[in-house]
Amino acid sequence: MKFTLSWLKDHLETEVPVETLLTTLSAIGLEVESVEDPAETLGAFVVARITEAKPHPDADRLQIVQVETTPGKPTHEVVCGAPNARAGLIGVFAPIGTYVPGIDVTLVKRAVRGVTSNGMMCSDSELQLSDEADGIIDLPAEMAKHIGEPYINVIGLNDPVIDVAITPNRPDCTGVRGIARDLAAAGLGTLKPELKLGPVEGKKAPSIDIALKFDTETKDACQVFAGRMVTGVKNTASPDWMQARLRAVGLRPINALVDVTNYVAHDRGRPLHVYDADKLKGGVHARMGKKGESFLALDGNTYDVDGAMCVIADDSGPLGLGGVIGGELSGTTEDTETVLIESAWFSPTRTAATGRATGLITDARYRFERGVDPASVMPGLDLATHWILELAGGTPSKATVAGTVPDTSKTIAFNPNRVEQLSGVAVSAKDVKTILKALGCKIDGKGEKLNVSIPSWRPDIHGPADLVEEVVRIVGLDKVPATPLPRIHGVAQPVLTENQKRTRLARRILASRGLVECVTWSFIPQNEAEHFAGGQDNLQLANPISVDLSTMRPSLVPGLLSALHRNQNRGFQDAALFELGQTYSSAEAAGQHLIASGARAGSETLVGGGRDWQATARPVDLFDAKADLAAALSAMGLDIEKAQITRDAPSWYHPGRSGTVRLGPKRILAHFGEVHPATAALYELDGPVAAFEIFINNLPPEKKKAGRAKPALPASDLLPVRRDFAFVVDATVDASTLLRAAEKADKKLISNINVFDVFEGGDLAAENKKSVAIEVTLQPHDETLKDKAIEAVSEAIIAQVKKATGGVIRG
Amino acid sequence: MTASGPTADLNALEQDVLASITEAGDLTALENARVAAIGKKGRISAEMQKLGAMKPEERKAFGKAVNAVKARVTKALDTRKGALEAAALAEKLATERADVSLPVRDGPETRGRIHPVSQVLDECIEIFADMGFSVAEGPDIESQDTNFTKLNMPEDHPARQDHDTFYFAPGLDGSRQLLRTHTSTVQIRTMLNNEPPLRIIAPGRVYRGDSDQTHTPMFHQIEGLVIEEKIHMGHLKWVLEEFSKAFFEVDDVEMRFRASHFPFTEPSMEVDIGAGTIGKPGDWLEVLGCGMVHPNVLKNCGLDPERYQGFAFGMGLDRITMLKYGIPDLRAFFSADLRWLRHYGFSMLNTPTLGGGLSR
Repeated sequence: MKFTLSWLKDHLETEVPVETLLTTLSAIGLEVESVEDPAETLGAFVVARITEAKPHPDADRLQIVQVETTPGKPTHEVVCGAPNARAGLIGVFAPIGTYVPGIDVTLVKRAVRGVTSNGMMCSDSELQLSDEADGIIDLPAEMAKHIGEPYINVIGLNDPVIDVAITPNRPDCTGVRGIARDLAAAGLGTLKPELKLGPVEGKKAPSIDIALKFDTETKDACQVFAGRMVTGVKNTASPDWMQARLRAVGLRPINALVDVTNYVAHDRGRPLHVYDADKLKGGVHARMGKKGESFLALDGNTYDVDGAMCVIADDSGPLGLGGVIGGELSGTTEDTETVLIESAWFSPTRTAATGRATGLITDARYRFERGVDPASVMPGLDLATHWILELAGGTPSKATVAGTVPDTSKTIAFNPNRVEQLSGVAVSAKDVKTILKALGCKIDGKGEKLNVSIPSWRPDIHGPADLVEEVVRIVGLDKVPATPLPRIHGVAQPVLTENQKRTRLARRILASRGLVECVTWSFIPQNEAEHFAGGQDNLQLANPISVDLSTMRPSLVPGLLSALHRNQNRGFQDAALFELGQTYSSAEAAGQHLIASGARAGSETLVGGGRDWQATARPVDLFDAKADLAAALSAMGLDIEKAQITRDAPSWYHPGRSGTVRLGPKRILAHFGEVHPATAALYELDGPVAAFEIFINNLPPEKKKAGRAKPALPASDLLPVRRDFAFVVDATVDASTLLRAAEKADKKLISNINVFDVFEGGDLAAENKKSVAIEVTLQPHDETLKDKAIEAVSEAIIAQVKKATGGVIRG
Repeated sequence: MTASGPTADLNALEQDVLASITEAGDLTALENARVAAIGKKGRISAEMQKLGAMKPEERKAFGKAVNAVKARVTKALDTRKGALEAAALAEKLATERADVSLPVRDGPETRGRIHPVSQVLDECIEIFADMGFSVAEGPDIESQDTNFTKLNMPEDHPARQDHDTFYFAPGLDGSRQLLRTHTSTVQIRTMLNNEPPLRIIAPGRVYRGDSDQTHTPMFHQIEGLVIEEKIHMGHLKWVLEEFSKAFFEVDDVEMRFRASHFPFTEPSMEVDIGAGTIGKPGDWLEVLGCGMVHPNVLKNCGLDPERYQGFAFGMGLDRITMLKYGIPDLRAFFSADLRWLRHYGFSMLNTPTLGGGLSR
C-alpha cells in the first residue's frame, strides 16, 4: 500500500518529522517497505532562465547559454545541445555535483569543445519524470516567479512516497484514512474531520435496474450492491494533483471517472467501479458465473468464469468479476456521457478464491479479500459521486440499493486489566479507553467490565486478546518490560530424550571417523524411491515443485549416493558422507523413522582416500561401512557383538557382501554393505561404494542404572596365556559362528578371541574351504595355568568349533 | 720404596692388562683381551692358580692383592665394553636418518564435519535448555487439522493459500495429508498431549513450494512455546533478548519489536536485530515472528484460555545460521557439496557448551 506524505496529511493534522512517522508506522504494524523521497533525488534541480544564447564557436549543434538562477546574481555559463534552447526560456537547471538519474551521471565541470560547461539544462526524461526527450523543459512564462526554487516544489512533486506492507487482517489500512487513524491513535497528530460533500443525491431514480440474483447457498458472495447514475458528464482528464498522486502510488491516470474510483479506493480502502451506462444491455446484476461464460477484462485478457465466481452481468452476459476486475466493453471512455457508479460488498473468501483461480492481483482484490468495510457502501458511493460531479459535472440520480448492508456489529466484554496480564505493560484504564476510542471503538460500562463496540472497518477484532493487541501496539511494544522467565532449577537439568542424545552422539562419532555430514532433500525422484522399495501412492506429493523432488524418501541412501555422484562430478572421487534424518514408510506419524546413514566412495577409508607415501589407496568395502556402523552403535550404547548379523540386507546392497544387524528376528537395527552394482550404476557412481543405515528408533532403550558408580575392576595379577588355532572350514561358514563356538569352550577362562588371519586361496579355494586363524586369550583367575589345563581348553575349543562348523584344525 | 717379589710382578701384570683393554678398538678385541686376562688360561687366572702352592701367610697377602687386580680389571672391561657398545650404536644410528620433513596424513577426526545447521541446533538447545526448555518433535507429514485448523486457520482462511503447501493425494476418507509448512504443528501436539506448565523448543524440517536464492522447498525452523498461568509478552521479550545475546555471543544486542499479524498469536510481533550489533551490514535484520498464543489455539488444544496463557515464537534455523556464520546462499545448505561442507562445517570436537562457549 503506497501513499504520499501530502495525501496522508489530507487526513492527519501533524507536524512530526517524516522519520518519526516511518518509525511509528513500522512499530504499530504497518511495516515500511520503502520510502522514495523526490527531495533526495531531485531536490537539486531548480527553475532557471536562459538570459542569453549564442552559437558555440566550434560546434554547429551546440549553443553557449547563460543561465540565471538567482535574479541579479552572476549567471552560469552552460554548453547546451537542445534545439529548443533560446534566450528567455524558463527551464530546469542542474548545477555541478548533481546526480542526473535519467542519464546516470553526476555532473562535473568539464570543457565541451573548448568551452567549460558549469551545469546542465535538463529534459523531463533526464529527471525521469516522463519518457519525453524533445529538448529541454520549456515552462510557461508565469513560472518566472519561481526562478531559483526547486523544480519539484513548483510542480507539487516534493512529496515522499511511502510504501507499507499491510498484514491480511487490516483492510482498513488499505486506505490512507485508515493509516491516518492508526497514526493519530499513536499520538502523531489528529484525524481530520470527514470531507464535507456537496449534494450528491439526485431526484430521479436511475434508469438502470440493479439486482442481486443468488440462491441461498451463494448469497454471501455479494450481499449489497448500490449504484447511482450521473448523466451529462464530460469525461476528460482528471486534475494534475489527482494524477500526480495516482502516479506517485504507481497507478496510471486514465480519465476522470476511472481516476475517481482509483482515488477513492486508495483514499478509503473502498473499491468502486464505473460503467458507461449507454453500453449496458438491460439491468445490471450480481450473480454466480456459469461454466462456459467468459468476458474481456480491463487488462485486455479474456477470462473464463465458473460457478464459484461472483460476476457482475447485464443481459449480454458477465461484465466483470465482482471484487476483482471490471470489463473492457462496459468501461468508460472520453465519450462517456452517462455513468453508473457501483459500490458493492463482495465476500472476502470468495474474492480470494476467484483471485487465486484467475491469478489476478488487483487493487480491488487486495481490499475485498481482506474485508472491505461493509458500512462504506453508501458513503463510498456518495464520495465517488461528489468527486465525479466536481471533476466531470453532470446530474446525479437517486441511489439504488439491492440487498442490505451485512450487520457486522460486535461488542466485546473487556476487562482493561487484561492488557497488563497479557502484555506485561501497565496501561491505565483511562489510556486503554482513549486508545480504543481513537481507533474507532465505542465504549460503555466501567471499571473491569467494559463493553467495547468494534467499528465496522475492523473485521479482525474478535475478542479481548485482539483488544490487548490494539492497545499494546499503539502504546508501543518498546514499552513491554523484558521480564526474566522464572528459573525452574538452580542448575539447569538435562532435557534431551534418549533418542535425541543418541542422535547427537551418532553425529559426532561419525564425523570423528572422517565422514562429512550433509542434509539432503526429504523428497526424491519417484524412480529412485521405487528402487529403494518406496514410492507408494500415499507418499507422492500431489503438487511437487519438480519431478526430482516428488516422493518422500524411503531411505537416506539415495540422497547420499546422489550427493556422492555430484561430488564425483566435481572431481572428488573419494568421499565419505553421512546424514541423520528421517525416512517415510507411510503418511502417518508412525511411518516416519529416524535414521543415521553413511556412505563411502572410492578409497575414502578411515585413514583417508587417495594416494599417500605411507599407505596405498585401498578401495572401500563392506567392512569400512561395518566399522562405521559399529562405532555409531557403540556410541549409542549398543555392542554390535551382542547383535546378530544376518545375510538379508535389502536389494540395493551387494547380495554377497552385505549384512543386516538385528536383535532377534523382528528388531532390525541396521543394514550395511557394498552398494549393489545396479544401484551404483543408477547413480553413475565411479568406483566402489559402501553404505550403512541405522534405525535409531529400533535401538533398545538403555538400561536404567541405580547410580553412576562403575563396577569394581576384576583385574588379575596372573599372566594371561595366548594360544593360536587355525581352522579349515567350509567357505560359507560365518566367522561369527566359529567365534561363538570357541567362546563356549570355557566362558570363564577365555577372555578374548581375535581373528588374526583369513585365507581363502590356494588349494582351499578349490575345495570351497577357507582357513580362519584365531588367537585365544586365557585369563587365569585363581592360580597360574598349568599345561594340562591349557590343553584341556584347547581340546574343548577344537571340539566346539568342529561341532558347530565341521571345521578341523589346519595341519 | 720399590715393590719387589710377586706383588711387584702383579703390578706390572695389571698395568699390562689394563693397557690391552684400553687398546681394544672393538668388541672382538676387547673379548680377546678379557680372555687373555681373566679367561681360564688368562694371565691373571694363572696368577691365582699360584695360590695353592703358597704358604698360608704368603697366600693371604698375595690372594688379597690378586683378587683386587682381578676386580679392577673386570671393572675396566665393563667400562670399556659400555663405551664400545655406545660407539657402535651411535655409528649404526647415524646410518638410520629419516626425512623428517615428510608430511603426515590428517586423521579422520580432522576430515569429518558437522553440518552448520546441526551445529547451530546444538547451540540453540544448549541455550534454551539452560532456560528450562526441553526439545519436542513432530512428524513432517501432517494433517490439515494440525497444520492449519487448530492453529486458528479454518478451511477458508487465506493464510492457508499463502503457505504454498505441498499436499499428498486425498486418502480414502477424502482428507489430504500435507508436509508441514511450519514447526508450529509441534505446539499443537505438545499442548494436546501435555498439561502446562510447558516450555519447549521444536526444531525441524518444514516445507513450502518456493525456490530461489533465499527460499528452498525444504528448510529448518525452530519453534518455541511457553504455557503457564502468568506468562506475558515481557517474558517473551526477555527470552528472545537473552537468546540473541547468547546465540550471537555478544554482550548486548539491539532488538526491535514490531506489531504484526499471525493467525495463531494475538498480539503478534515481528522481531528485528540491529545489524551492527552482530557485525552485519544494513540496519535491521528480520529474525523471527512471535506472539501470545491465540486463545482459539489454546481452546483447540483443550486448554482454558481464562487460566492458561503463554507465548510462541518461530525462527528460521538456516537463517540464523547464515547470519551468525556469514553463509551467503541458502540453497547450498542442501547441495551436499564437499567443498562447502568442509568450509562451513564444524569439527566434531567443537561441541557447543555454555561453559566453554558456543563456538570457538
